[in-house]
Parts: sequence; structure tokens; C-alpha cells
Amino acid sequence: MPDVQALVNEFLFKLKNGEILKIEGSHATARQTAILLRSVISQQRIPHTHQAAALIDAVKAVGEQLVAANPVELAVGNIVRRVLHIIREEDLSLTTVAMAGLNVSPVSDDEGETDQDDHPVLSAAAVAAASRNTLRPPSLQTLLEDLPDSTAIPHTSSSGGDSDGKSKSADKSTRSRKLKHDVIEALNELIGDIDTCHEQIAEQAVEHIHQNEVILTLGSSRTVLEFLCAAKEKKRSFRVFIAEGAPRYQGHLLAKELVARGLQTTLITDSAVFAMISRVNMVIVGAHAVMANGGVIAPVGLNMVALAAQRHAVPFVVLAGSHKLCPLYPHNPEVLLNELRSPSELLDFGEFSDCMDFGSGTGSPLLHVVNPTFDYVPPKLVSLFITDTGGHNPSYVYRLIADYYSNDDLVLQRKPAPTN
Amino acid sequence: MGAPKKAPARAVSDDPEDLASVPLQAVLLADSFATRFRPITLERPKVLLPLVNLPMIEYTLAWLESAGVEEVFLFCCAHAKQVISYLENSQWYAQPKFKVTTIESHNSVSAGDALRLIYERNVIHGDFVLISGDTLSNMSLMRALQEHKERKKKDSNAVMTMVIQRSKPSPITQQSRLGTDGLFMAIDPTTKQLLYYEENTNHLKGTLSIDKMLLVDNSSITLRNDIQDCYIDICSPEVLSLFTDNFDYQHLRRHFVKGLLVDDIMGYKIFTHEIHSSYAARVDNYRGYDTISKDIIQRWTYPLVPDVLSLGNSATNLERQGMYRAFEIGQSRSAQIGPHTVIGTNTTIGSNTKITNSVVGKNCAIGSNVLIEGSYVWDNVTIEDGCELRHAIVCDGVIMKSGSVLKPGVVLSFKVVIGQNFVVPPYSKVSLLKQPTKQDSDEELEYADNDSDTLDPATRTMDKLNGDSSLEFSEMQDHVSSELGYGGAGYIWSICEGSHEEEWRHSVAPIPPEKVAEITQVIEDDLELVSQDSNAPASSGELKPDTQINAEDDAVYFEKEVEATFLRAVNENVEVDHVILEVNSLRLSYNMQAADCAGAIFHSMMKLALDATHSSQNELLRNVHETVNTWQKLLKSYLPGKDEEIEVILKFEEICLESVRELSPLFTQILHLLYEKDIITEEAIEDWESEKKDADEADRVFVKQAEIFLKWLREAEEDDEEDDE
Repeated sequence: MPDVQALVNEFLFKLKNGEILKIEGSHATARQTAILLRSVISQQRIPHTHQAAALIDAVKAVGEQLVAANPVELAVGNIVRRVLHIIREEDLSLTTVAMAGLNVSPVSDDEGETDQDDHPVLSAAAVAAASRNTLRPPSLQTLLEDLPDSTAIPHTSSSGGDSDGKSKSADKSTRSRKLKHDVIEALNELIGDIDTCHEQIAEQAVEHIHQNEVILTLGSSRTVLEFLCAAKEKKRSFRVFIAEGAPRYQGHLLAKELVARGLQTTLITDSAVFAMISRVNMVIVGAHAVMANGGVIAPVGLNMVALAAQRHAVPFVVLAGSHKLCPLYPHNPEVLLNELRSPSELLDFGEFSDCMDFGSGTGSPLLHVVNPTFDYVPPKLVSLFITDTGGHNPSYVYRLIADYYSNDDLVLQRKPAPTN
Repeated sequence: MGAPKKAPARAVSDDPEDLASVPLQAVLLADSFATRFRPITLERPKVLLPLVNLPMIEYTLAWLESAGVEEVFLFCCAHAKQVISYLENSQWYAQPKFKVTTIESHNSVSAGDALRLIYERNVIHGDFVLISGDTLSNMSLMRALQEHKERKKKDSNAVMTMVIQRSKPSPITQQSRLGTDGLFMAIDPTTKQLLYYEENTNHLKGTLSIDKMLLVDNSSITLRNDIQDCYIDICSPEVLSLFTDNFDYQHLRRHFVKGLLVDDIMGYKIFTHEIHSSYAARVDNYRGYDTISKDIIQRWTYPLVPDVLSLGNSATNLERQGMYRAFEIGQSRSAQIGPHTVIGTNTTIGSNTKITNSVVGKNCAIGSNVLIEGSYVWDNVTIEDGCELRHAIVCDGVIMKSGSVLKPGVVLSFKVVIGQNFVVPPYSKVSLLKQPTKQDSDEELEYADNDSDTLDPATRTMDKLNGDSSLEFSEMQDHVSSELGYGGAGYIWSICEGSHEEEWRHSVAPIPPEKVAEITQVIEDDLELVSQDSNAPASSGELKPDTQINAEDDAVYFEKEVEATFLRAVNENVEVDHVILEVNSLRLSYNMQAADCAGAIFHSMMKLALDATHSSQNELLRNVHETVNTWQKLLKSYLPGKDEEIEVILKFEEICLESVRELSPLFTQILHLLYEKDIITEEAIEDWESEKKDADEADRVFVKQAEIFLKWLREAEEDDEEDDE
């Protein structure tokens, strides 16, 4: 346990200073969060009863700290919620199997092993889908019934555990190990999934980028870079317009990368986007987070690009790994929609120091610099989301979220009295 | 002690692999060793004073942690107990990769003492960051540190890297936006070496004297007055031993930096690192406190801003127009909270209250119809209905009874009570403690007479100051109530401390317009004066050619002085040796060469000869003869070599052409005379001639005139040579 605490502290420190060191992307953060939670789970002592509840409690406790350390990085909260969901799903599948058959352990063991052997790199989505299939058919009916059903889950699971504990004490230890084992397996899947998300998205590039098209993007995103490069590798010839993405000018870096890989690249200022958009066939951008309503939190300036694209009926495509899917709505007070950064990115302090001399005049600052990091792009401006599971409409995002998250976990703050 | 200390440090800097393994250390001085924040600092150390609702030291520690410092030695002196108990209750002792060690001292009175003590502890093993607890920054140390280490590798004398930032001083008051006096630096633009450091340049009235050796030794230097010293230094361990070796170094800048710059025997060098996109500043006085608070609210210090950096669970929300509000606030609907305002947790604000450009701390109760403008209200303050606060600092626990008014620049120290409807005059400082009667003449001795037990500070200090205790206390209470209105408690400190000018320069309040007008008037007057002298004040980066003007002026004065001396010598029959002595002293005071003396003396001699009565050219020549005869010894003593002799000839030419035209026909004769008297050698004359060869006709007049003489000279020489053969 002290090891875990040290790990957590280290990660908390990294999260807090992520802004200063600028080394963490949301992809890396998501991956590290998942790895950290895996070690939390693996080192968590599991009591004989309320196993799932104990795990959920432990993960929530850590998750709360992580989210508090950097509320702007939504990927952390997303991963925490997904891990919670995984625990619930695994627990549910175990209890259903236990209640369904007499010969409990061999069946579930077989299931786990076949899973492992046949599909070593099965995506988490597939695992989730498979588990859902065994439990209930993914019909609209079940989705509608999802809410009462899932609230009932912890209850049934714990009661199942209780009865288990009373009836078969020998089976308890195997079951507890089983749950932890399954959860860690699923977590490994999740980590693998995050690792491969760029490739998974990039694989779909040829379906979207056609010969001699002009693509516009703003700022820099690793997902976009790999997406474009994947299309290039498939011998598609196309041109890329890059809006530089003031004030951080990451578009410059993207231009450098693309040119290094032999792509025809044009760099434009952000303010020239509207003038250029009529020549563009498709806008492809990355996102900071995709909200439950299909809205996108994206680098500043993208709302303007989206509006320009809409005006000229240019498709506005957003690439986002599934770790960026956030089950919260943008009106949720927990979601810190924006982050105001230092004015020094816009102005040179020395040059403007005389404008900020409070010693003369009325003493109140006359110059106020606002430097927001993010824009909110409403769902109606987005044509398509490309995630690692394929292309989706903004109106379908809620459905993806239902796949990945449990309703119980939307609020991460622990209630005074935990489960049961 | 010194030798074993230095040796490992040297080894470390030699081996790059070792270098990486040494954890980055920092020395944090949790004491400013200054009195600018009195009376507040009598009761609480400066580093614990809240800056936008967080103690200053939090910013410093948060920055050190984020910048990758792993071990901090926190030096506390004044109120050490308070600092330590604060740290014990904070998160800093529990950080895994960030070790905070406190070093306590009660008899250190300056930064120099602190560093000497740290040296004795022998805890610093490599390069370290030296910072004081009232500095905040968001710069990345990586580059500065790397530069420092690379320089250190090449030149072991590069002991310190000073972080600087560009910041224009106010053109009117000449003080920086942080309220500090103007700062002048000379920096080598290529190596970034600091060559000159001068504070308080506004007292110099636009002139600055720089050792001319600076110009001689460096191919180029940049002079800048738009620099702000961030007081963040990256030091090599040698710095500590330097402080120990020079036990009189007290102040980091005034003694240490200047000491190193002036004293080139040791050859230690200081370099600068200018930051551009990040922020660093030190709270030096109340104006700096105001400016830095506003910078924090304006997010220049990002991520060290209220909504990101929060202590405990008092989360703050950033709203439109730079309004920061904690989540639990009781705010009346009709209260107006203006832009750039921070409101702390559990504060209640009454109806029709207006707050703009201010910071309000935790658990404050603000009544109705209160006006708070540009003020800093700390925690647990009660402000009753109808009060007005403009540009004031109000410390913890203050009670302002209804209708009281704080004029701009007021500072209310802890637990002061302001009586009903009382108007506190501008720039007054009010404290429960009486103003120390004996003034420390030395500014360095901040809390020197203030040990740090946690007794009630009021009684303690009063004991100390007044000698006897409780009786006086009650007397004082009565006295106090009269001073701050009915029911008030506290003393208004008189403003004898420092000049009156200090007050408006360093207060939180903006400089009143009439003062600005006053200074502008003074500056304009100065400018007029200066423009008459055709000698404008040098601005940043340029060195006006006024030194040359001065040099010429000096030469004229010098010549006059020499002439006066010479004439006096002639009239009073002073011995030649004495005259030489006097001329020598003149030479030194005007910083002249021997050649200048010779020229001046020759000039005086010619004038003397001319002034004597003469009717014809021949008589004049005779006069010259006599004078030269009498004074040749004097002249000769300034002619050690050929160059000086040539100088005399050139001077002679000048005299003939300009001042004393009567002598010009006699040029050749006098030259001959000088030759005969062995005052001027033939080599000098030949050199003079060859020098003049390429000159224009006008300049060659005398060469032509002397042609016969020169020819004769050459022939004589040849004859000599032939004779020799």
C-alpha cells in the first residue's frame, strides 16, 4: 500500500505540474492513469465480502485525488470512470455466472482462458460488447431500462457475495482472486486499447481522405498527424492547410512534421481560415474532450473554424480516442470548461510592463489579457467523430458513452456512506 | 572547513555523470532582513503574509517544487517559530520528492549571516538556487541551470547566475513598477556577464559614472536601465565560502554582487539570465505587493494563480473579467463585485456594497454600503456598514466600526480597531504596537531585536520597548481610543521613518496626480538645465559622447591651472622642484599625461615671454631666451621621451597659429633654441617633420619656415655620422 501511495503522489505531482512542464498530452495522461489504477487494484486487499465495493471504493478514492489535481484534464476522470465501469461489469458477469450454473468456477475459468487465448489483443469495446451480449441483448429496450438495472447491480452483487460467503467459504478466496484477476485483465485490455488508439483511428484514414483533396486543420494533434500520415502511406496524394493555432503556434510544429514526411503543406494564420475554407474539402481536427452531448472541447479557435466550415458546407471531422469521451455534459459545473493561461504567451512582459504600472493613474489595471486554452464546439457543427471504434455521428456519442461508463460513476466524489 | 568543502564540489562539476546525480538544492531565506513591511512584520514574518489569500512562501515553495528542486533549506530567523509551525501544518513536509529542511537562527541579521551559517552546516553539495521567501516566479529553471553549469565547466570562476527580467521603469518617478528604485546594469551582450550593478539610480539625477576600464576591457557592453532584478540566483557552492571569507558581506546585492564586480583580484564572475516568457518578481515593498497581487490576478504567474493553486479545500472559481470567488460566499444580491477581485471562503458581503480591484480574504464580514477599492483585506476582518476603503491594506482580525474611512495608502496591522466615523489619514500605518522609539539607523537590522517566541506579541514588544508592563498597558488603551476614534485600538505610527517621499513612493496607493505633476515639473526643469549644458541624461543602451566634451573641458581648465601655478612660481620665485611637485599634483587630479603637462608649461612660458615688455622681434626672442633659460629644468622634467617632445612642438605650432600670432615669425629661431638647450632632440624634430609630410599646405607652414634649419640639422647629422666613421 505505501508503494501505491508513493506512485499516486508522484502522478499527482506530475498532473499538477503538467502545465508547467508541458510534457503530458491527454493520451499519455490517460495511459498513465490506467496503469496507476491497475497497480492500485492489484495491491488492494480484498475482503471476503463486498469485493467489488471495496475495489470501487479504492479506485474512487484515488480517482478523486487525481481529478482534483488537474480538473482541466478530463481524460483522467474518464479513465477513472471506465475502470469503475470495468469493475462493475466484471463483478456483474461473475455473479450472473455464479447464479446461473452449478459448476461455477470451471465455466468462468474456461471463459476467461478462451478470451485470453483466442483474442489476445481484443479491444475493450469488444470485451464490453461480449460481456453485454452474455448478459443482455444490446437493444434500445435494455438501454432504456439501463438506469434502474445498473442501480440495482451493486445491490445484487453484494448480496450475491454475501450469500456466497455464507454458503461456500472455500469458494470465496477463488472468487475474490477471480474478480481481481478479471478486472486486471480488462484493465490490460484498456491500456492496450489506449496504446493502439492512434493506429486504430489512422487505419480509417483512407476511407475519409480522397485523392487530390485539401484538408484543413488547426494547431497540432498527434492523432491528426498520424491520420494524415496513414493516408499518405496509402499513396493518397492530398494537400494540407494548417492554421497555425495562435498563441501557442503548434501548427508550426505540425507543418514541420508533415513536411518531413513528404506531405504538401500550406501554413496559414488563424484569421485566414475563412478566406481559405472555400478551397477545403474537409476539416480534420483533434479534440481535448468529447462531451456526452456530442459537443467538443477543443483548442481555442476551432469554433471559428467549425462555423466557417458550416458556412461553406465543408465536413468538420473530429478525431478522438475513446479515452477522450467524457460522460459529462458541458453544462455540468464539475467540468471546468476553460483554462485561462498566462498573458505572456500573447505579450512580452518587458515590452508591456509600462502598461501595467499601477503606481500612476487610478491604480486599476487598464489592460486585461485573456488567453483561453479551449473552445467549445457545439454538436450541430460537428459532421463526424472518428474514434478507435469507427465513425460516429454526434447524436450517437451518448450511446458510446453508455457502452463505456456506468451511470453510477458520473459523480466521482464519494458520498459519506459508501455502497450498501 | 573550507578545503574539504570545496574539493567535492570541484569534483562534481568536473564529472558530467556525477552532475546529473546531485539533487538540485535551494536555499530559501524566509526573512527579508528589511523593514519595509513594518508594522505588519513586527507580528508576523513577511513570508507568511498573504498574497492574494495565500502566504507568499507557498508561491515560492510551489515554484521550487515545480522547477525540479529536490531539497530546500529554509532559513528562518525572525519569527522562526511561526514559520516552522506553519510548515508543520502545511503539505510541504509530506512531499515525497521535495524535502524541506528548516534552519533556525536567532542572531542572523542579514542574508550574509544566513549564508555563512548554511556554509557551516555543510549541507550544500552542488549548485543551488538562492531565493528569498517573498519571491514568486513561474520560470523554468532548466535552461538557466544548464547555462550556469556549462559556463562553470568552462570557467570555474563563474560562480553565480542572476535571473533578470525586462521591465520598463516609470518615466516620471524613475522607479520600477514594483516600487523599487531604478536599477542600472552593464552586461556583456555576448557572454551575458554582469559588469556593473547600480541600484538607486534615480538619486544620481541622470548621470552615471562607470569605470572606464570596463570600456577598455570589453569589446562591447550593453547598459540597461529597463531591467528588473528577480532576486533568483543560481549559485555555485563557492558563493557560500565567499560569504564566509568576506565576513563583512551582508547584503546580497549591495555587498556581495558589488564586491565581486569591483574586486577583480579573485576574478569571480557573475552572469545574467534574462527571462522573456515567464514571470519572476520579489515583493520588496507595499507597491510591489500591490503590483504583484495584480499580476497574479491577471494570471501572469500562471499556473500560480488562485484557481489552480489553492490551499486545502478552499477551491476558487474564476469568473468573467478576472473575478475569483470561493464557493462558499454569502453575498447580497445588491452587492456589486467588480473586475479583478478575489473573494475568499466564508466571507459575507452586505447589500449595496461595492468591491473593485481588491482582494478579500477568508471569513470576513463586510457590512452594507461599504466601498472597497484597490484594497487588500486579509482574513477574519470585520467591516461594518458604511465604511470606505481605498488602496489600503487591512490585516487579520481588524475591526472597522461603522462609517470609518481609510484614505489611500493606509496600512492597518493585526487586530487594530478603528472607531466609529473615524477617518484614517493617508499613508498612515496603524498598529497595536507602539512605534519603536529608537530607530535602527541600519536598514539591515529588520527584526534584530525581535526574538521569536509565540507570546502575545503585543505585550511582549511593549514590555521590551517601555520597560515596564501592565500599568502602562492600560494607560495606553485609554490613549489609543483617543487616537483612533471612539472605541478604537492601536497607534498611528508617525512617518518620521524614512523621508516623507518614501511614503507615496512605496505605498499600495497609486501616486496621487499632484505628486506626478510635481515630479514632472522637476524633471522638466532639470531637462531645461541640462539642455543648456547640452548634456542630456543618458538613456538606456546609449552612452552619450559627453565624456569627450568633459575631456576637452578638463584640458582647458588644466592648462589654466598650470599657467596660474607657473606665473605664481615666477612671481614668488618658487623653486623649480616645488613647481614640479605642484604641477604633478595637478596632473593627477585632472588625470593628464606628461605630454599635456609639457605642452601646458611650454604654453605658459611662451605667454610669460610675450607678456614681458618688448618692442621688436629681437627683444621678444631675447625674452623667450631668458625664460627658457630659467625654466628649462621644469620643462625638461616633463619630457621623458620623444613623444612628449613632439607634443611640445605641436603645441608650439598651435600657439603660433592660434593664441600668440606674434611668435609665429620666430618659430624657427625658438625651435633652434630649444634644440640647442637640449630640450628637444633632433630625432623629435625629424619625426615631427615626417609626421607633417602628408599634412595639407596650411599645416605645413611651419615646416616650410623651418626648412633651412631642418636641412642644416640633417647635414649636421650626416657630418656627425661621417665624423664617426
